[in-house]
Amino acid sequence: MNILVLLRMVPDVVEELEVAPDGKSLNDEFLRLIINESDNHALEQALLLKERYGGAVTVIAMDQPEIDDVLFTALAKGIDRAVKITGAEKGLTTRQVASLVSRAMPTTPNVLPADLVITGCQAIDDLDGQVAPLLAYDLKLPYLGLVTGMEVDLSARKATVVREYAGGVRGEFDVPLPAVLGIQVAERPPRYVPVAKVRAVAKSQQIETAAAGALTQVPAVDVVEMKKPEAAGRAEMIEGSPEEVAAKICGILAERGLL
Amino acid sequence: MARNIWVLAEQWKGQISEPTYELLALGREVADAMGVSLEAVVLGDQVKGLAGSLGVADTVITVEHPALAHASSEAYGEVLAQLAKQKEPHAILIPLTNASWDVIGLLPAQLHMPFVNFCGDLKVVDGKLQAKCLLYGGKMEVTVTPETPAILSILPGTRPVDQGRADKIPTVEEVAIAPAEPHVKFKKYIEPEAGEVDITQMDVLVSIGRGIQTPDNVELAEQLAEQFGGAVSGSRPVIDQGWLPLSRQVGKSGMKVKPKLYLALGISGAPEHQEGMKSSDCIIAVNMDPQAPIFSVAHYGVVGDLFEVVPCLIEKAKAMKGS
Amino acid sequence: MAETTTGLDQNSCDQMTLETLREFPEGRNIWTCIQCGLCTGTCPYGEHMDYPPRRIIGLLREGMLEEIYNSESMLYCVACYACKAKCPRSIDLTGILLPLVKEQVLIHRPELPAELQKALENMLRYGNPMGESPRKRALWVKTSEVPIRILSEDRRPTDVLWFVECYTAFYPRGQDNCRATAKIFNRLGTDFAILGNEEKCAGECGRLSWESGLFSTLMEYNMQLFAKYKFNRIVTSCTHAYDAFKYRYPVLGFDYELEHTTTYFARHLDKLKPLMTKKLNYTVTYHDSCCLSRHNGYYDEPRAILESLPGVKLVEMTHNRINSICCGGGGGGMWLDTYYKTKDFERLSERRVKEALATGADVLAVSCAYEISRFEDALKVVGGDKKMIVRDITELLAEAIE
Repeated sequence: MNILVLLRMVPDVVEELEVAPDGKSLNDEFLRLIINESDNHALEQALLLKERYGGAVTVIAMDQPEIDDVLFTALAKGIDRAVKITGAEKGLTTRQVASLVSRAMPTTPNVLPADLVITGCQAIDDLDGQVAPLLAYDLKLPYLGLVTGMEVDLSARKATVVREYAGGVRGEFDVPLPAVLGIQVAERPPRYVPVAKVRAVAKSQQIETAAAGALTQVPAVDVVEMKKPEAAGRAEMIEGSPEEVAAKICGILAERGLL
Repeated sequence: MARNIWVLAEQWKGQISEPTYELLALGREVADAMGVSLEAVVLGDQVKGLAGSLGVADTVITVEHPALAHASSEAYGEVLAQLAKQKEPHAILIPLTNASWDVIGLLPAQLHMPFVNFCGDLKVVDGKLQAKCLLYGGKMEVTVTPETPAILSILPGTRPVDQGRADKIPTVEEVAIAPAEPHVKFKKYIEPEAGEVDITQMDVLVSIGRGIQTPDNVELAEQLAEQFGGAVSGSRPVIDQGWLPLSRQVGKSGMKVKPKLYLALGISGAPEHQEGMKSSDCIIAVNMDPQAPIFSVAHYGVVGDLFEVVPCLIEKAKAMKGS
Repeated sequence: MAETTTGLDQNSCDQMTLETLREFPEGRNIWTCIQCGLCTGTCPYGEHMDYPPRRIIGLLREGMLEEIYNSESMLYCVACYACKAKCPRSIDLTGILLPLVKEQVLIHRPELPAELQKALENMLRYGNPMGESPRKRALWVKTSEVPIRILSEDRRPTDVLWFVECYTAFYPRGQDNCRATAKIFNRLGTDFAILGNEEKCAGECGRLSWESGLFSTLMEYNMQLFAKYKFNRIVTSCTHAYDAFKYRYPVLGFDYELEHTTTYFARHLDKLKPLMTKKLNYTVTYHDSCCLSRHNGYYDEPRAILESLPGVKLVEMTHNRINSICCGGGGGGMWLDTYYKTKDFERLSERRVKEALATGADVLAVSCAYEISRFEDALKVVGGDKKMIVRDITELLAEAIE
């Protein structure tokens, strides 16, 4: 089974985010990027599928800070190939990335055809699009998002896919292969890989590169301003020692007849 | 030709969903500000009967077809592409929910329109549509003016549900479009296992998030919940770890709750979680991070260590109850 | 004279693997094991292990590695040095052998306990197991009453490089320790500075718990960092960092003078005694920390400090000095409480505070940053938190000094 995984990096919110001097974007002085959480789940799901059904996993990603580490980690976890798309402009939007990647995929050797193209179903910086369905549209493949599980029947060229709704409800779908799936969570939490293994892989394995094509026009969304949200209704803060705080809270609750 | 504001009505188990009404309220404001009409678009297998409750809209456009029985992004997109070509809406508002997720994702490509995600509010400024979007888990607010026509996904909770309901019966326009059978076929829903507790019915919820750190501390939350006759619920990370069952999840992918008291312990309050609890009567949040987004939706906040505050709270509650 | 262990060189066997044991003196040592079982008997969680230390040695000698890899036993090892200290053959189980076993167990396990995995990932990415931004590491400095020099801002040479470490810097109770330490340095007139936000975990608990690669990464980083600045000695608040610097870092050339804050202050007791103007009126029992005491033999120094504090009476727990019972935080134990809970193990910290409470003391004194949170937590759980408080020796010392 051939699986293609798209990994993206997003701002690491463990670091305090600041607005850049232009007032419209993130200040990148202390900005760190981290693998998009649901892409990490997509990677895990790909590895699980490989363990279950055999085949090969190729990971594709845009070149950006700390991506090499992410790709070597993926290789150490057991993927077969890592391809980095280089030479693209910085600061691309989700929709631009989807467009670039979907055009790089057919031209990069041995990436397509894949039985499954999977990626995370969302990212915290998806202002102008979701990457999985946009990819699916460009690749002319069927698509399903919010995926939490699947069984694949390669001979029948289909997958039975479970997708998440609200209130704990899930839905079951038949998806013909090849297809694009947006992963919400993998069937298992993303695995750990020892640092020594990643370091060894970084010395012994290569990340392939593919040149980004020219950026095509995508429907654009104009950012007027970026700022930290003002709490519309900011909470009334309760101060004091834990005991004082507890007393004040109980007081409030008693007033409201909750205690 | 006037370019109207569209709300794509969402259905869940045969009913119009609450976020749809919220969007009608919001859409109404936008349409009025622009001097155009508000139209609700309802797609499905048998949906004519649902149009009557959408009276906040001027017109309800319905398209019925078996292929639309489930909110398939393929079939919906095909129909909306045709409708949009005919009627040239100014903007299409869609609730940002799990049910509409795939439609939202594919539609911008199918209609070749710009898309704005995570909209927390809409305004009309100098005749142009302006959206305020929450990015990076709610840590930044971005103001955006899309080129129109545009598709916008709207976070639930922007307007009160009731504001989107009216007694007025809207004009209904039935349009006949026969989309192709989707490639991705819906088979069935899988209901969650009945949990012993229905958190949507509880008056008090003690809700725990990543800050709870270990499943030991679920017990701490349970002790606290016991003092108030409530139940323990949690945000997504806690459920993903298996520390609480799915039936206790609050948020976009979980339950929407409106208890009398919602105690958020160690929950940062990303938009997906806020969606599930922001209508609670009294929200008290305890978090180490003074910047946690939960404080913008809570009524009372404590910047502190829940492992210090909660035991004190348990003691104090016991003392006040005289137990 | 401090009782030291034979301190077999952990670095001469840095290249040793479980397959190449015979090629290294420390590995060959296991063939001298007489299977007496003292290691297992003294191990705090030995009763729960299918493969306690004694059996592991037995299996290793026969080359039967698979059995060990697939068992849970090594997850219960809290790297407390008790087995090593009691071994009549001086086999360095804790420092040399068991980390090798643990590393293989990690590689062979399909899944790590989530909390441990997160801590390891955080240590690699952020230089601390909590997952806090490194830029918050020196935030506590603003709350210090005395000035603190940060080397990246003021590069002048310093006498003491104070290596603060993660739990001390990030945890509120650890920050109490920081303020106390700074105060004492100040009263001593010590010329000291910290690394501030550049500081990353020394990595010892990564080393002892499975992750030699993580440790190497941190060690390389810290050694490069040290090379940037001029200082005479390192004094660290963390007993685990002390061990890392003393036993592991020499492989990369670490040769700075090294002390833990407790032993540094003990050495300066004559200068501190005249400053001790406040009478504390505490009965104190001291918990010997695994690294400082059992591993390095510093039993008397902490007691010397405590006995010098005005109004302090020292009482001993049943298990003291070399027999001290670990708080359960080492070897990754700090991040395995969740996991132990699923096994219904009694928490070692709870076992220990019960002993402390039995002495009738009102203060439990400690020297290790893990112990503060573990014992305070345990006291709450066993219902002893109104009878006893937990204080680092440094905090008591600062309290006695005006």
